[in-house]
Amino acid sequence: MTAPPVKPEPRSWTALVRGRAVAALPPDKLLPDTQPVYVASWIYVFGVLTIAALLAVLASGGILALEGPAWYHTSVVGHFANSLHLWSVELFFFFMVVHLWGKFFMAAWRGKRALTWITGALAFVGSVGTAFTGYLVQTNFDSQWISTQAKDGLNSVGFGAWFNVMNTGQMLLWHVLLLPLVLGVLVVLHVLLVRRHGVVPPFDAGDGSAANEAIDAVASR
Amino acid sequence: MTTAGPALWLHQSAIINLNHPGHYLHWGIIQISLANLVVILVMVAVFLAALFLRFPGHGGRS
Repeated sequence: MTAPPVKPEPRSWTALVRGRAVAALPPDKLLPDTQPVYVASWIYVFGVLTIAALLAVLASGGILALEGPAWYHTSVVGHFANSLHLWSVELFFFFMVVHLWGKFFMAAWRGKRALTWITGALAFVGSVGTAFTGYLVQTNFDSQWISTQAKDGLNSVGFGAWFNVMNTGQMLLWHVLLLPLVLGVLVVLHVLLVRRHGVVPPFDAGDGSAANEAIDAVASR
Repeated sequence: MTTAGPALWLHQSAIINLNHPGHYLHWGIIQISLANLVVILVMVAVFLAALFLRFPGHGGRS
């Protein structure tokens, strides 16, 4: 005698998580193929440019981590990879600041987008911290100078005992593991929230709910 | 190749020679490097351009 097929438990945590995830972010909202007409503006491009630069930062940083300082200090290709990492970070901050200015002057927290704004602000602060620890792990005279200057400031506010900028090993792990992990989670959350609530509209287009409803209607046909 | 080789090569081939102390501007209590000021001005210019330049294909989507 064979046992009857087991039906999924409707109250299992996997079913609940799946139901809530699909309700919050249905596939056509997660990967939309249409956008409101006001998105056809250069100011809306800087968010995705920031993400593109971040991917270049992660890729070039991964190469530096694989090969190590003895390579990127002494070989031409290593110098090139090191410069790719530096300049992708420069572009990352450049695009992120223009994105921030654009969203600030649009009051991008309108229309239940407060959490989108907060995750973006936290990602900005986290990026600054990641960049600062990057300066500390260059393993050159510049990083020695910066660490000896930074330690006084951090000691004066009581952080120096557990966040020691003169400990290269500790700063290296913050730079290549802890801070990128936090930053990665924040960026993914930020993008998911943008997908959930839609991009913020200009002031004269309301809070964007009408445009989002129109897109939902088109997608559901 | 010696360790000095690539560094020497880079300094000689750079478009702008950065192998010297930076230039700083002073205005009262404000001090800023010329390089940082240039980057900030370029960011402002790009921001304004993004606001006022027409986006390609504008009006073609709904």
